[in-house]
Amino acid sequence: MTPPLIELKHLTRRFQVKRNLSITAVSDVSLSISAGEIVCLVGESGCGKTTTGKMIAGLLKPSEGEILFNGQDISHLKKDEWEKYRLGVQMIHQDPYASLNPSHTIYDIVSAPLKAHRKTGSDAATRAAAIELLESVDLTPASDFLDKFPHQLSGGQRQRVSVARALTVNPKFIIADEAVSMVDVSIRISLLNTLLKLKEKNGLAVLFITHDLALAKYFAWDGRVGVMYLGKLVEVAPARQLVEAPQHPYTKVLLSAIPEADPERTRHKERIELRSMDVPSLLRLPSGCAFHPRCPYFAGEKCEKVIPQLTFFNDDSAVACHPVAEKRLLQIRN
Amino acid sequence: MTPKNQNNPSTLSIRNLTIEYQAKRGAVQAVRSIDLEIYRSEALALIGESGSGKTTIGLGIVRLLPSTAKIRTGEMIFRRYNKTDYKLEEEFDVLKLNEREMRQFRWKECAMVFQAALNAFNPVLKIKDQFGDTARAHGYLQGEALKKRAYELFDLVRLDPERVWNSYPHELSGGMRQRVLIALGLLLDPPMLILDEPTTALDILTQRNIMDVLKELRDKLRFSLVFISHDLSLAAELADRIATVYAGRIVELGNVYDTFQNPRHPYTIGLMSAVPTLTTHRDNVSSIPGSPPDLIDMPTGCKFHPRCPLAVEKCVREEPALVPTTGPDHLAACWRWMEAKQFLMPNVK
Repeated sequence: MTPPLIELKHLTRRFQVKRNLSITAVSDVSLSISAGEIVCLVGESGCGKTTTGKMIAGLLKPSEGEILFNGQDISHLKKDEWEKYRLGVQMIHQDPYASLNPSHTIYDIVSAPLKAHRKTGSDAATRAAAIELLESVDLTPASDFLDKFPHQLSGGQRQRVSVARALTVNPKFIIADEAVSMVDVSIRISLLNTLLKLKEKNGLAVLFITHDLALAKYFAWDGRVGVMYLGKLVEVAPARQLVEAPQHPYTKVLLSAIPEADPERTRHKERIELRSMDVPSLLRLPSGCAFHPRCPYFAGEKCEKVIPQLTFFNDDSAVACHPVAEKRLLQIRN
Repeated sequence: MTPKNQNNPSTLSIRNLTIEYQAKRGAVQAVRSIDLEIYRSEALALIGESGSGKTTIGLGIVRLLPSTAKIRTGEMIFRRYNKTDYKLEEEFDVLKLNEREMRQFRWKECAMVFQAALNAFNPVLKIKDQFGDTARAHGYLQGEALKKRAYELFDLVRLDPERVWNSYPHELSGGMRQRVLIALGLLLDPPMLILDEPTTALDILTQRNIMDVLKELRDKLRFSLVFISHDLSLAAELADRIATVYAGRIVELGNVYDTFQNPRHPYTIGLMSAVPTLTTHRDNVSSIPGSPPDLIDMPTGCKFHPRCPLAVEKCVREEPALVPTTGPDHLAACWRWMEAKQFLMPNVK
């Protein structure tokens, strides 16, 4: 069996806050992503989804655990292999107003990685490659955009330039961190569709980080969605299954809280109330299951004392919750 | 709960309001001669993309526009009703108030809560001092009486009064700050409250909490609520009526149920199809082609025509007015509103 493209094994990341005080932003996350697969990471701010993305992109080092790329631990890579890895994994950032150099033209921005990594020989070839890249992200006609500066482009167009720049080095894996949240609602979908098209064409795997479950369902239609809460992965499942039949109490609460764009439905939607509105601080994480002080399905001592592990089931889902895991294991036994 | 528009008197009548910003390239036509009634104790949602002019309308109502903006034409008749017998007490044009009267109008008659809740506070003042400042500026209660009133409001917005009263803004989470601001906005019991993107940049569960708080507040205090948002589902949840804003004009206005059931303007339909929800099938989602217009150099005719799949020659030539469609309360500014739904939403009954 070929190993997955990216495999996270018990990934943990701590940040030092004060001399004797650290927070665990990501705690014991295990997840594997195959070539050509789409996985969305969903969660509220501070849940560790961006930190996870940054560790995979090589921008942060894990405190514990390992990241395997084609079966190889990336922390042991030699210099030229590490460079190859960094080229293979590219990141698209959230804010297209901050991630493009305002004094460079679009051509400068897209051609810089081409030149730095000697992807093209002559200037003419570089220009041709830049045009092709811009056209692949639906910035047409590309010649109109090459000599413009970022400020002359709309938010959506800038984000397309970011995508084109990420594609210059033929990556295998793209991490898109809230890549459409700053783009106008009317054109978000076309940007996502461009990413989906590129995924099909180039066999890219994508880790899409978002706080929007509806968007995650749309984007990862045939892929998977992982839900994070206070640094832990609490549920992973195929996207539609996760939204239609959530298992983890936190996922259920999230889904029941999201308003629908239909007044009839949204005003009569069944809501699951939390036991407490307060989000615990990462400095003082609750014992046992971190969700237990707020969990509407709280089931006593075990939830308070034992950290639930992610349990995998044969329908491709995995849940970290004592009552859910027990119930499902019981069903399997009978 | 939903107020009947015909019999419900209006709190604010906006007529022919035009607002422009001066820019180097020319005049930015942010609001182009709009007419709008805001009824007593209704919730009206202004929906549109960034740059559509929806925030400018809100800022125009409380006249807090930046110095580059100019109100070119229009009047805004504000009516105050007695809180017990609902008799009309006073009626005046907001645009004719002088600066001193305007300062009293803001907050007392109409409060606005801005986007980005942290920046709205003075970071070195405790919440109690922020309340004290506001109360003093308006000659309102002080000391224990003010504290009592603030505690009542904190209870209404589901905050722990003891904790919040003595906190600095940075000690509160985003959702708490947003609720403190809503409470502060309601301090003088204004008949109208404007919220700009009240749930943007907040987490899902915090958004839900704010929505529930707003619903409760409206039931109890019965103020008119105008909220500005790009989020259709927020409007579906909270609004009685929806106004879709595009290129500085209201292009569709109607009851929330009717608008979602039978949208008439291709832009409203486009927005609805552009936002995936938890239940929509992937194939029913599509972007609106093109991008929002340049407000300095606008297209001719209907400003939506370059992006509209139904555009015909007339749309390029002549801009349609906002007129009644199926009923007197559901208006749209589109030459082809009759066919729009049938063409653009064939899968929906």
